[in-house]
Amino acid sequence: MSTTIAPAAPRDSIWAHARYMLAGNPVTLFALCLFLAYALMALLGPMIAPFDPMASDTARALQAPTWRHWFGTDQLGRDILSRVIVATRVDLGIALASVVLVFAAGGLAGLAAGFFGGWVDAVVGRIADTIMAFPLFVLAMGIVAALGNTIPNIVLATAIINFPLYARVARAETLTRRQAGFVDAARLSGHRDGALLLGQVLPNIMPIMVVQMSLTMGYAILNAAGLSFIGLGVRPPTAEWGIMVAEGASFIVSGEWWIALFPGATLMLAVFCFNLLGDGLRDIVDPRRRT
Amino acid sequence: MKRRSFLKTAAGAAALATPSVRRAEAQGAPTRNETLLLVQEYGPNSLDMQGIGSAQPVNGVSLNCYDTLIRFKRKEFAEGITVFDRDNYEPGLAESWQVASDGMSATFKLREAKFHSGRPVRAADVKWSMDRAVTIGGFATTQMAAGSLEKPEQFVALDDRTFRIDYLRRDKLTIPNLCVTIPFVIDSETAKANAGGDPLAKDYLKNNVAGSGAFKVESWKPGTETIYIRNEEWASGERPKLRRIIARDIPSPSTRRALIERGDADISYGLPPKDFKDLADGGKVRVAAVPVPNAIWYVALNSALAPFKDVRLRQAVAWAIPYEKIMQAALFGRGTPMWGGPQKIDTVGWPVPSHYSYNLEKAKALVAAATGGAGFSTSLVFDAGSATIAEPMAVLVQEALGAIGIKVELNKVPGANFRGELNKKTAPMVINRFGGWLDYADYFFFWNYHGNNSIFNVASYQDKELDVLIDGARFTQDPAEYATKVKAMLERGMDQIPMVPICQPYHDVAMQKYIGGYHYAPPREPDFRYLTKGA
Amino acid sequence: MRQVLLRLAAALPTLCGVVVVTFLLTRVLPGDTATYFAGPTASAEAIEQIRRELGLDLPLPEQFWRYVVALTKGDLGMSLTTGQPVRAEIATRLPASAELTLCALVLAIAIAMPLGVLAAVRQGSLIDHACRVLTTAGVSLPVFFTGLLLVYVFYFVLGWMPAPLGRLDAFATAPPQVSGFYLIDTLLAGDTGTFRAAAAQIVLPATTLALFALAPIARITRASMLAVLGSEFIRTARASGLSGPTVVITYALRNALLPVVTVLGMVFSFLLGANVLVEKVFAWPGIGSYAVEALIASDFAPVQGFVLTMAVLYVLLNLGIDLLNRAIDPRARHGA
Repeated sequence: MSTTIAPAAPRDSIWAHARYMLAGNPVTLFALCLFLAYALMALLGPMIAPFDPMASDTARALQAPTWRHWFGTDQLGRDILSRVIVATRVDLGIALASVVLVFAAGGLAGLAAGFFGGWVDAVVGRIADTIMAFPLFVLAMGIVAALGNTIPNIVLATAIINFPLYARVARAETLTRRQAGFVDAARLSGHRDGALLLGQVLPNIMPIMVVQMSLTMGYAILNAAGLSFIGLGVRPPTAEWGIMVAEGASFIVSGEWWIALFPGATLMLAVFCFNLLGDGLRDIVDPRRRT
Repeated sequence: MKRRSFLKTAAGAAALATPSVRRAEAQGAPTRNETLLLVQEYGPNSLDMQGIGSAQPVNGVSLNCYDTLIRFKRKEFAEGITVFDRDNYEPGLAESWQVASDGMSATFKLREAKFHSGRPVRAADVKWSMDRAVTIGGFATTQMAAGSLEKPEQFVALDDRTFRIDYLRRDKLTIPNLCVTIPFVIDSETAKANAGGDPLAKDYLKNNVAGSGAFKVESWKPGTETIYIRNEEWASGERPKLRRIIARDIPSPSTRRALIERGDADISYGLPPKDFKDLADGGKVRVAAVPVPNAIWYVALNSALAPFKDVRLRQAVAWAIPYEKIMQAALFGRGTPMWGGPQKIDTVGWPVPSHYSYNLEKAKALVAAATGGAGFSTSLVFDAGSATIAEPMAVLVQEALGAIGIKVELNKVPGANFRGELNKKTAPMVINRFGGWLDYADYFFFWNYHGNNSIFNVASYQDKELDVLIDGARFTQDPAEYATKVKAMLERGMDQIPMVPICQPYHDVAMQKYIGGYHYAPPREPDFRYLTKGA
Repeated sequence: MRQVLLRLAAALPTLCGVVVVTFLLTRVLPGDTATYFAGPTASAEAIEQIRRELGLDLPLPEQFWRYVVALTKGDLGMSLTTGQPVRAEIATRLPASAELTLCALVLAIAIAMPLGVLAAVRQGSLIDHACRVLTTAGVSLPVFFTGLLLVYVFYFVLGWMPAPLGRLDAFATAPPQVSGFYLIDTLLAGDTGTFRAAAAQIVLPATTLALFALAPIARITRASMLAVLGSEFIRTARASGLSGPTVVITYALRNALLPVVTVLGMVFSFLLGANVLVEKVFAWPGIGSYAVEALIASDFAPVQGFVLTMAVLYVLLNLGIDLLNRAIDPRARHGA
């Protein structure tokens, strides 16, 4: 990477820009703080949970929030706060894995399509079109139902339904850069296609792709939760936000609102955070595209 | 309050607008007091209970829209609630019947009755229907065989009004099996005329009722609603009080609870046990809690494969299950406990409590004896369709077995695959529920413990000694011998414990206080014929 | 006309892809259909017989061939769970889903477009941030959770809304079918009572779904307005003394509509597929809940039928948007 010819902004100017943007955009700053909190929860999970998230205590089942159990207890008397905390790693893990996977697959496919054009472009385009024509949630359901409801399959299904989005964004970004001066320069200086693609074009479309990843993280979390609600989520007794909401849903009418509310709110806040963060990142990375 | 009156106007306006309803109005449309709104999770997927692939709610169509030759008598269970009487029968389409002195045939005299089409009911119709049930295959044929009704030759139409069944063997289940929802009588001429060449009229009967029962199907929108209307010319019993039944399919149990609690529905079916407990405690609506005859929730342990091939490990599990916790947190008390009973069994009824209870010391000792204290890993399967109860149960079992060194992985299988999973007979542990329509202990054991290894023998339990006891109990004519055999059978089953009984579930139904005449029949579907609405 | 046909032809490979993928996906669904439908007590022979009847004993390519042949005749097969032909069921359920989705879309537009315009006009202000937070919050809610919460609050606690019994109250009668949309058919029949009943039933599910659609519509409106507001002709208009509202409404908004229409199409097709969960919560007899139930039961035909219907709708919708764009914007005609 010593011969970067790309006209990327120098590093400290990006930071300066980011600081500037954050100062002027309290919402993004808030989202960033929230994100850090979630990241901590995911990392420390079991260490900061006040109770064993799996230990049942039927004598204390269905207790409303108290000082002992801040978020109350569920049907089996498990501490909801502990389960919510421990679930962070599972949910963010699923979302992150699927986003990384689709970034690798969709991003590379889009890159290749935009760079080489021709039949590569046609094939990638067709695949993306076909996936887009599916009702996406039902496609995800079908994949998980067919392959079995395990975490890797949920990750795979979420990645597949996001494929067209990544392929298209990567393709469009590559197209606008293919003929850019720095690519021509690199080509003239004897770089081969592959090196050109990975060494020059990829780093340049990276920022936009990162924004995309942040935006789809939220969607991936929602998708996994929806699958859980239908009964195609991770296996019990694993703590996962979507399953906890689904379990708690049947208790809302009987007045035990805390079972669904706290995991639901945590889930919502996480999605919210990623969406705002994605927006904010976009502002920083590409001010022109600010929407 | 405003909303309610508004809805009434809405309904009134709708009635005026549509010609079909206007016609009904001329004869005096059913008032709201004669109309029942019932909400259930899902409705019938066919109108023909004999047909292949018919789901549980189709039993309700059979019960209310068709007649059988004879019926179980009703007996009082609690105030305003009756249940079927396994040993006493009353006339249905047959006004009288006689079992031959050699005990090898029964003759039925049909009453003067008409099908919905207006055709009179003839013995030929009965024969056609019975022939159909034993030849159509699938569940209907199996259920008929459970009462030794197996071949068309057994059914004889002597004249228009006389019908005879010849027995293959003396089987105490033959007569009770005529009272269930399979051997219903079909209008054979109408069915054949519309069958388009199919001798069993499968398609026609799937979509149309051709019976003589107390109700007709006015409209059927699969997955949405079924509307029943009273058959004014029903001959086989006292005319029902209700004129119209609207059965809506509401998948969300929370919504079904809200509807009954707020007074918008008259009857709500199939709620989670927690909701029934709340409703029963709340006292605003009535909950009819009938312990399901011949049914238990159980943990099956695969006795054909390691590790549970070893009876000590099965017993260890039976001592380690946290029964009280399960009863409290998974079933919310909606069942009769089936543990902590005497070792010596002195009843012929089923289910009976096992002699096991929660005792970690005994469990640990048995595991140590069997594995040298090493412990092992295994997996537990349950049906996603009954996850409301089975999942908390499974989680508690998993936790408790962890304490005696058995590491359990839970496997929640979607409804469609669950039966396939059972058929494979490889799952080490299964949580499931079984209920036999015919309330006899030997009948339950025949399906669940017998060496013929039916799909319900989830534990794949093979035991020659037990088979002899089961077969002996099934066909003996001597009550004393029956009692001895059944007791021995039960004791052996409990000792070998391939299925660990947890509890006998309640069949709960929530209804408004003004609903009366609730009757529990073997297929557990609502029987509209006796219901009253008094508000 | 030729354009339209060409576009349709171009969509054919996509549809073929959908047909093949769906077929394969449904065949690898676990669970043995024959075993399931043979009933719990079926013998091995009975299961085999059902397998033969359903054509499941044939090799996959032959099953596929039969499926395609049936498709060309417009036959989508039979649902085993409901026992009805899939085509008829989709035909009766599609209007329910479409009505719900359209209502949600209209509601979302009514809220999100003014918000987007406002946010653009007052860029960077508190309103702008609030709009962003609000719409983002909407898209962050799991729809099944929102749905249940709304039912609990507005039906169970407050009693403002009717029971979530599907499209109509149990004692109301469906209007004679014309469009399949109850809100239209009741008016055509002159039956305002049932119209009000149907309208009351649709409020909560449509709101649930609309919350989800706010964000994309508001975002694109804002972005597109910003672009237009920054353009030459607006500056000219302002310079020539036209008042703020006139400029915003008459000039800017009209010109900003084009990308909005494109996004609306995408949002509609997305919502139509995404209302699966909403239908489940509100007992809405649409095609989404139909497909989900079928998928859980490993019932192939409805899943295939549903996916195919949605794919065709998607293609037609995209075509419609394209044509609309051409009609609105002369420049687009010279595009592809």
